[in-house]
Amino acid sequence: MRPSERLAEAVRAAAKRGEPAIVAFMTAGFPRKDHFREHLLMVASESDVVEIGVPFTDPMADGMTIQRSSQAALKQGVSLRWIMSELASMQRPAAPLVLMSYLNPLLQYGYAALARDAAAAGVCGFIVPDLPFDEGDELRVALAAEGVALVQMVTPVTTPARLQQVCAASDGFVYAVTMTGTTGKNVAVPDTVIEYLKAVTAISPVPVCAGFGIRSREQVEKLRSYVAGVVVGSALVEVLERGEDPRPWLRALRG
Amino acid sequence: MNAHVKFSVDEQRRMLDAELGGQYPDPRGRFGPYGGRYVPETLIPALERLEAGMREHLHRADFQAELTEQLRHWVGRPTSLSYAPRLSAAWGAEIWFKREDLAHTGAHKINNALGQALLAKRLGATRIVAETGAGQHGVASAAACARLGLPCIVYMGAIDMERQAPNVGRMRLMGAEVVPVTGGDQTLRAAIDEALRDWVSDPMGTFYLLGSAVGPHPYPFLVRELQAIIGREARAQYLERNGRLPDAVFACVGGGSNAIGMFHAFVPDASVEIVGIEAGGRGINLGENAASLSYGWPGVLQGCYSLLLQDENGQIHETDSISAGLDYPGVGPEHALLMSAGRVKYESATDEEALSALTECSKLEGILPALETAHALHGVKRWAKTHRGAQVILCMSGRGDKDMPTLQRTILAEKVS
Repeated sequence: MRPSERLAEAVRAAAKRGEPAIVAFMTAGFPRKDHFREHLLMVASESDVVEIGVPFTDPMADGMTIQRSSQAALKQGVSLRWIMSELASMQRPAAPLVLMSYLNPLLQYGYAALARDAAAAGVCGFIVPDLPFDEGDELRVALAAEGVALVQMVTPVTTPARLQQVCAASDGFVYAVTMTGTTGKNVAVPDTVIEYLKAVTAISPVPVCAGFGIRSREQVEKLRSYVAGVVVGSALVEVLERGEDPRPWLRALRG
Repeated sequence: MNAHVKFSVDEQRRMLDAELGGQYPDPRGRFGPYGGRYVPETLIPALERLEAGMREHLHRADFQAELTEQLRHWVGRPTSLSYAPRLSAAWGAEIWFKREDLAHTGAHKINNALGQALLAKRLGATRIVAETGAGQHGVASAAACARLGLPCIVYMGAIDMERQAPNVGRMRLMGAEVVPVTGGDQTLRAAIDEALRDWVSDPMGTFYLLGSAVGPHPYPFLVRELQAIIGREARAQYLERNGRLPDAVFACVGGGSNAIGMFHAFVPDASVEIVGIEAGGRGINLGENAASLSYGWPGVLQGCYSLLLQDENGQIHETDSISAGLDYPGVGPEHALLMSAGRVKYESATDEEALSALTECSKLEGILPALETAHALHGVKRWAKTHRGAQVILCMSGRGDKDMPTLQRTILAEKVS
């Protein structure tokens, strides 16, 4: 199975069991670089997909929590190269992995090497918050050569015509941003968001995962009938930041 | 030229022809390889609306009439073109200043702030956000918003708030809310990140009044169009006074808005040498300067593919310059293009060189230039050594009053001790 299919399959399999897939985000090397493998395996054991954040100096789509975790990881010398080598040499978790990175670290790595190293390290896809659909061809093609997915994001303000286009180009899953804003805020999941998620799910050929501002079981329950998965980011990063075991928290989120 | 940027003579000619032919930015918002629109999906509809609004209004007669009226009677345009006789005698070339320091609020920034605020009003924006480094764009935005009755929020790095304290007070007096940015590098770059985050939260109601010729398309184009009045006026004024074109034009380059405004009208004049001066800070190593065109290589920052000061992992590097307005690790995509095409030369001046040029200009001409402008002044001084008697216009992009806290700590402190 191609890595991108493995990713889509993991989301679908969870949804088939009656609960949305949990896509769990953690910043690589946060709070401590030397705990990366251990944290990754713990998070993977209670989630369906793990989204690993590559720290960047200018995370413009992220709120305070992920800004803070990125800065702390960079201070400890975490880089994309280091993440790749850790992943390539560690015990491979069952849950598929995706990397979340702003574009510049990927650009400097070189797209061909990136796709090759990602596939070798068991990375199934990439989420690139500052790479909109229109600018994504070059990276999409390079990743596809190794079967690695470029996950596209859509938002409540994406126009219907564009929604169609972006969903068609997305691979692995579609990341439906629940609100206009940065990551980490608490959202109440209003009815208008539900309507939008229904529209995305109706259009998208790949499963849809909702993310941004998801922190509680209550929100997951509200979303479960409309999406195949949910992304939890800042809230989980805060659990790790407090030095707590992420597994009970993730279990509670699954219900 | 920057060793990271290599183009064949044919490629250079093609890029220059396209630039002269008005083909940039292309439909994808590119100036040759540079530019583009690298932003979160949430901002795409807002940028598309801005681009459509800009194309509808910017060059329309009624918009231009309103802009011209405000520029004439509120900003004080056209600004003067002053001959600098004593500096000319001291440095050896014939030096002229395009006096953007005389524009309302004390710098060229008002040309862009006013234009964008007028556009924002036409597009029905209810709220303006802006970023500022030296505080000049913040002051200009606050002034334009006060003039037009729009609420204005300015993001400013905590370090810049300290080194440009007088401007923080000016913004507040004009009714703007100044929000300190404590994340990131606490200077202009962090302020832009924070303004973008604000805009992402309300992409449809908020208008982002970006202050330099950087960022996602259409900003580099929009800012250039609004600043190009500098070079148009300077060229016409020079021709009228001297019956010929100057041999060279100079401007300082941070993000590059005064420079692109000054250069644009002169790019087709093959006989005119064009030189941009970046902030050389304390030295040539990464982290010691803010000279992206001199030392950077291509990458993506804050919506735009251009030359960046970064490390091998693609992390954006902190910069260093005595001048807050030049302290930025990227540069406008059109400057990257003009350098790549071989049309404009970019050099740098150090903190020390800028301070020394500022002192000479103040003493000999009775004009206290902004620290940013002082970098370009040093460039002119250096150029004059090999161009005795040649004629040059420098864009006097701003006045130096805002830099008094820095000058008290440096030049003035040395004199007392």
